[in-house]
Amino acid sequence: MDEFGKSLKVSYQLNLTTGVTPLSHAIYHLHMIIFWICIGIGIVVFSFLFYAIIYHRKSKGAKAAQFHTHFRLEMAWSIIPFIILALMAIPATKVLIQIRNTDKPDLTIKITGFQWKWKYEYLDSGIQFFSNTTTPFAQIHGSQPKDQDYLLTVDHPLVIPIHKKVRFLVTSNDVIHSWWVPDFGTKQDAIPGFIIEAWTRVNKPGTYHGRCAELCGMNHAYMPIVVEALTEKDFAAWVIQQKTGVAPPATSPAVISSEKNKALPVENKSETTSLASIMQKGQQIFNTTCAVCHQLTGEGLPPTFPALKGSPIATGPVEQHIHRVAFGKPGTAMQAFKDQLTDEEIAAVITYERNAWGNNKGDIVMPADVAAIKAKG
Amino acid sequence: MTQNHKSMLALISRWLFTTNHKDIGTLYLILSGIMFFIGGIMAMMIRIQLYRPGITFIDPNFYNQLVTLHGLIMIFGAIMPAFVGLANWMIPLMIGAPDMALPRLNNWSFWILPFAFLILLSTLFLPGAAPNFGWTMYTPLSTTYGPPSTDFLIAAIHLLGISSIIGAINIIATIINLRTPSMTYMKMPLFVWSWFITAFLLIIAMPVLAGVVTMMLFDRHFGTSFFNAAGGGDPVLYQHLFWFFGHPEVYIMILPGFGIISEIIPTFSRKKIFGYTFMVLAIASIAFLSFIVWAHHMFTTGMALSAQIIFMYTTMLIAVPTGVKVFNWVATLFRGAITFETPMLFAIAFVILFSIGGFSGLMLAVVPADYQYQDTYFVVAHFHYVLVTGALFSIMAAIYYWLPKWTGHYYNETLGQLHFWITVVAVNVTFFPMHFLGLAGMPRRIADYPLQYTDFNQIISIGAFVLGLAQIIFLYNIIRTIFYGKKATSRVWEGAQGLEWSIASPAPYHTFQT
Repeated sequence: MDEFGKSLKVSYQLNLTTGVTPLSHAIYHLHMIIFWICIGIGIVVFSFLFYAIIYHRKSKGAKAAQFHTHFRLEMAWSIIPFIILALMAIPATKVLIQIRNTDKPDLTIKITGFQWKWKYEYLDSGIQFFSNTTTPFAQIHGSQPKDQDYLLTVDHPLVIPIHKKVRFLVTSNDVIHSWWVPDFGTKQDAIPGFIIEAWTRVNKPGTYHGRCAELCGMNHAYMPIVVEALTEKDFAAWVIQQKTGVAPPATSPAVISSEKNKALPVENKSETTSLASIMQKGQQIFNTTCAVCHQLTGEGLPPTFPALKGSPIATGPVEQHIHRVAFGKPGTAMQAFKDQLTDEEIAAVITYERNAWGNNKGDIVMPADVAAIKAKG
Repeated sequence: MTQNHKSMLALISRWLFTTNHKDIGTLYLILSGIMFFIGGIMAMMIRIQLYRPGITFIDPNFYNQLVTLHGLIMIFGAIMPAFVGLANWMIPLMIGAPDMALPRLNNWSFWILPFAFLILLSTLFLPGAAPNFGWTMYTPLSTTYGPPSTDFLIAAIHLLGISSIIGAINIIATIINLRTPSMTYMKMPLFVWSWFITAFLLIIAMPVLAGVVTMMLFDRHFGTSFFNAAGGGDPVLYQHLFWFFGHPEVYIMILPGFGIISEIIPTFSRKKIFGYTFMVLAIASIAFLSFIVWAHHMFTTGMALSAQIIFMYTTMLIAVPTGVKVFNWVATLFRGAITFETPMLFAIAFVILFSIGGFSGLMLAVVPADYQYQDTYFVVAHFHYVLVTGALFSIMAAIYYWLPKWTGHYYNETLGQLHFWITVVAVNVTFFPMHFLGLAGMPRRIADYPLQYTDFNQIISIGAFVLGLAQIIFLYNIIRTIFYGKKATSRVWEGAQGLEWSIASPAPYHTFQT
């Protein structure tokens, strides 16, 4: 047993999942049909091949026959595969038509890919949130043992009801991503500037995992997908809970994310004036949200991901710094964080950036400063 | 000037200014060998990183650069120049021509390449990152978000494209004009046929690649928005254009291999190829179909349902001519008098393992199933089966097959067999488990993965290292054969047929002169 543990029951999984939706079942059956066709053809062809290799070797005294060219045989082995393929194409086409039929959805969710997180918007109820990986840096870099759910957890999973046709509108904010949950049989590329439809109907409550499937830059491996499929009743309760303003429940046990959810939004503003406590919160947010690009050391990976340590933005006028964090820099991985983080969180992280790594500006940014610049635009 | 300097200059000018098809063929093969080992070292670095989860060896940014350059180096640096080198050496010998039709152009088409690869590899040492968006260079990751070194990549691709196109023109001109009078088209060796058709694919496909990377360059620097939705463009348009080049490119890398296997199997079965006419027709049909299947690389981009259906059907159709080829090889073996020299071992392994790659290709053609396979290790397994056990095995088979003709010595058969057996085991340990990883949900091009994929990744990494190290045997055997080894006869192999075996071994510097 090594540091990773080998007790996961999915280890050495050999075959495709059957999944939990009508589409994933249909796909699984097609997969098995075409697999057995290949096995069948393989057995026939390789039998002849191995027969020849074993019995027609010169060392066994074989004399070469001189036959060649047989028109009927060659027509036969052209036409028979053609017929097999034509028969295969029929069920494949039927399933494909089903996959692309996004009519009459019960619920519509817009999925937007970001470098490197997902945003979910429930168009029917107005709920929206970002979904970030919660695997700690220390585990990725090996200074902490890896949990069993390494790279499988997010702060806010997508929540959907079972037995309902859920339509996804998939797009991207920056580069091409691909939203894929194998158990649903759903994979859709997220193309910036275009919205593409996909759908699912889950028939079993549970937690399902997926990952971004299209190379989307440095942290392509670090944008997991987690979907919670709830019964209709539980889903209705979840929607009400969301609408009444309580933050979505974090399903992951990761300390950082649950602290972030609980602590920051309800913080009494008068208490946040202590530099040490703001720095601590800012550091937590920085490490989960900013450090993937700008690195824990603040030195970044220039020129694509600039350093914050001693940078003109982090040591220059505070208004510019707030503006950059709130509105991002178009055409780069630096996103607009005004809708991803609260004013308190932005204030804390900027305070941290202006005082960490020897920047030592001594500034304390207040949430009101952030609100003012957001309002100005 | 000292004597040393003079002989050094003479050596340089002999290789720099040579217009001899044999010299240029050798140069291509040496370049291919160097690129093969550079690309192989990159693959091994990738496998060290993937040996265990977490960032254990290289950071994800550098990982992406390695993935990109491994692909580009192996495709444009190892496989394609090897086939062009074989074409240069063998086509004139096989058709009885004194040289290639356009010898000076031939010199240029080679000497562009070292500079193209210097430019490409220099990106590793430029400030910022080397290209880090995969060899497919999808926009906007390669345009708006691409590192500055992307422009060097574009320049290198232009040079590679020019080299390929003039190389292809030369091959076509040679085959059309310089065949010995009695050699009609339907008497040409299948290797010559396969290159004749491949050369047309190159001439049609490479300009499309040149066009699409130029559009990238314009999007990056000159304010156009071909691939940027914000300016009225479409990132998926890039993929359509790229794969209109990319799919024929796949066949450019396998058709000459088909030709090689069709030479080797009859030789060591001591029996004519079973269906010559059907073999020629099959190559031609595959070449035609290669231009109408490109969108099967993009089934999950959200293209129209009708387009998905049409591309699914055309893609499935490719299985028919490919099947014809495999059936013909088996029928050629059947009731032959087979011996198992190293080239034959590689050829038989090619037939079996390329078929496995063909089977996974057929599975990938089924669009609903492709939704699950797309961009996973299942695809990685598929294309390594067709490119490593397909294209690369055919190149290795060809080198063992023709090396005695080139050097005048037999290679060491024991070392050849050792190389084969280690390679064929390692290649399956490396690439077969990738099918399982893909089906279990592991996406391709990720630098780090959840724990459930650890076991197979460790097996794969071990296989990859054995595979890589085994190639040192190959290299040693080749170098050894140049200087030592049993003297080769002009026929070399007992069952060998064809004009190239009628001349002395080693082949004289000038052959078939009139």
